[in-house]
Amino acid sequence: MVATAIAIVKMKDLFAIIMLLGIYSLLSACFFVAMDAVDVAFTEAAVGAGISTLLMLVAITMTGRVENPSRHKPALALFVVVVTGSLLIYGTLDMPYFGLAQDPVHLHVAPRYINDSMQEIGVPNIVTSVLASYRAFDTFGEVVVIFTAGMGVLALLSVVRHPKDVAIDNSKIDAFNKCMHEEHLILRIVAKVLIPFILLFALYVQFHGDYGPGGGFQAGVIFAAAIILYTMLFGMNTARRVINQSATQLFAAVGVLLYGSVGVISLLEGKNFLDYSALSADPIAGQHLGILLIELGVGITVTAVMVIIFFNFAGRRNDQQNKENNDL
Amino acid sequence: MLIAATLAILVVMIMAIIRAISGPTLYDRILAVNMFGTKTVLLISLLGFLMGRPEFLDIAIVYALINFISVIGVLHYSDSSIFKRSDEQKK
Amino acid sequence: MDTLMDISSAVFLLIGSFLCVSGGVGLLRFPDFYTRMHAVGVTETLATVMILIGLMLQNPEGLVLLKLIIILIMTLFISPTASHALASAAVHNNLLPVLDKKEATEKEASSNP
Repeated sequence: MVATAIAIVKMKDLFAIIMLLGIYSLLSACFFVAMDAVDVAFTEAAVGAGISTLLMLVAITMTGRVENPSRHKPALALFVVVVTGSLLIYGTLDMPYFGLAQDPVHLHVAPRYINDSMQEIGVPNIVTSVLASYRAFDTFGEVVVIFTAGMGVLALLSVVRHPKDVAIDNSKIDAFNKCMHEEHLILRIVAKVLIPFILLFALYVQFHGDYGPGGGFQAGVIFAAAIILYTMLFGMNTARRVINQSATQLFAAVGVLLYGSVGVISLLEGKNFLDYSALSADPIAGQHLGILLIELGVGITVTAVMVIIFFNFAGRRNDQQNKENNDL
Repeated sequence: MLIAATLAILVVMIMAIIRAISGPTLYDRILAVNMFGTKTVLLISLLGFLMGRPEFLDIAIVYALINFISVIGVLHYSDSSIFKRSDEQKK
Repeated sequence: MDTLMDISSAVFLLIGSFLCVSGGVGLLRFPDFYTRMHAVGVTETLATVMILIGLMLQNPEGLVLLKLIIILIMTLFISPTASHALASAAVHNNLLPVLDKKEATEKEASSNP
């Protein structure tokens, strides 16, 4: 891993750097698997090696391919970094060693989760129960952050489309599709077989998160990856016709709203915010229902935001290329 | 036997990294990353069986799909005119 | 019966890892992109199939067997398609194969003054 990191910093060719970043995140996923942390490895594999690589690729198609040479020697910056780093390391010397059995973390919080999770919540996967029930408020914050990132990308990069631009080109789009069909024939047919399977697998991961690794975040990423595959192979225009832009933006908001309303319903019943035992007569059934609903909200928001970000990045590049082709 | 297979796959992964770092053209690197991805799928399945936790197979399925989508993505976007232009500038 | 399945699982794993390592050695030692692609593309799929069959023979239960079959079928679809896509993109972008070793060294000798 160290060799890969050094190679990433030294090389100037941005494309090669993206490949090496993909390998780096795969190595991390393998380490997580070796340390027996299944959910984290899942998320790292899906997000780091898949979506990150694709988004960065689309970004560098709009900037250059080679990094600009740096104009000044960064001596002052290096000094500041070294001083801050050594102060931080000095600060951690007082903390207890990583993984010792007598750490306060392991004495108070962890045994309660591990011992009581089955009786209080009834879900075999402890990671899901911690994420979705004990620390549901933190997860709410994460979903709102993802939503805000999507809004930020929309605010900065979206291009307003006039209705007359959209309505003209249907016949041109069909002709373009026919000629692309010849070029990418094998890929298109294999993708048509694989995409329904990927969507089904994403649904399986979403709802199986209680019993095995999975949950809302991973399922959202896999769903978005299937849509991105479709977009890449069949062209931006066809994809825009299939997946309505305003519906996607609506879905992003609906996910966060679903999560928030579960919390508000608990408030209205007289208990704390996001306390699931208010949702049904039997507290354990209430927990199951609550976890199901919020994971659904998380999955919907993550899917919609990833699709929005990809469409905005790739749409910009598409417009740039169309302008170049018209100029030439 | 499982341990021997795991070690063999680790050796192959190191070879793939060497090819990814050297490797004169772009397509060598894409090939190395693709191979690395397939070997990761096998490594995760073997580790799952070694540690007695068959839930790792979910990760292996996801990883195989994501690897495919990444390679197709890289190939699609490497056709961009920006790359062709900067190659001509370099000449 | 048990030892028979154990032995056959070991044989499949052994063949699979041998194919895998030979593909890796080919990736490092072959002179040109297209030859490396050939080495990797052929051995990768077959090594995956062998190792997965070896794992299936280790006597797992129902759902695990189903997931292994799913990975097998997906790899049979995905791996050759990815090799095809990579090779056709390389040809499309005018990456020429080295056809003859003598020709390559002659070209180098003539281009150096």
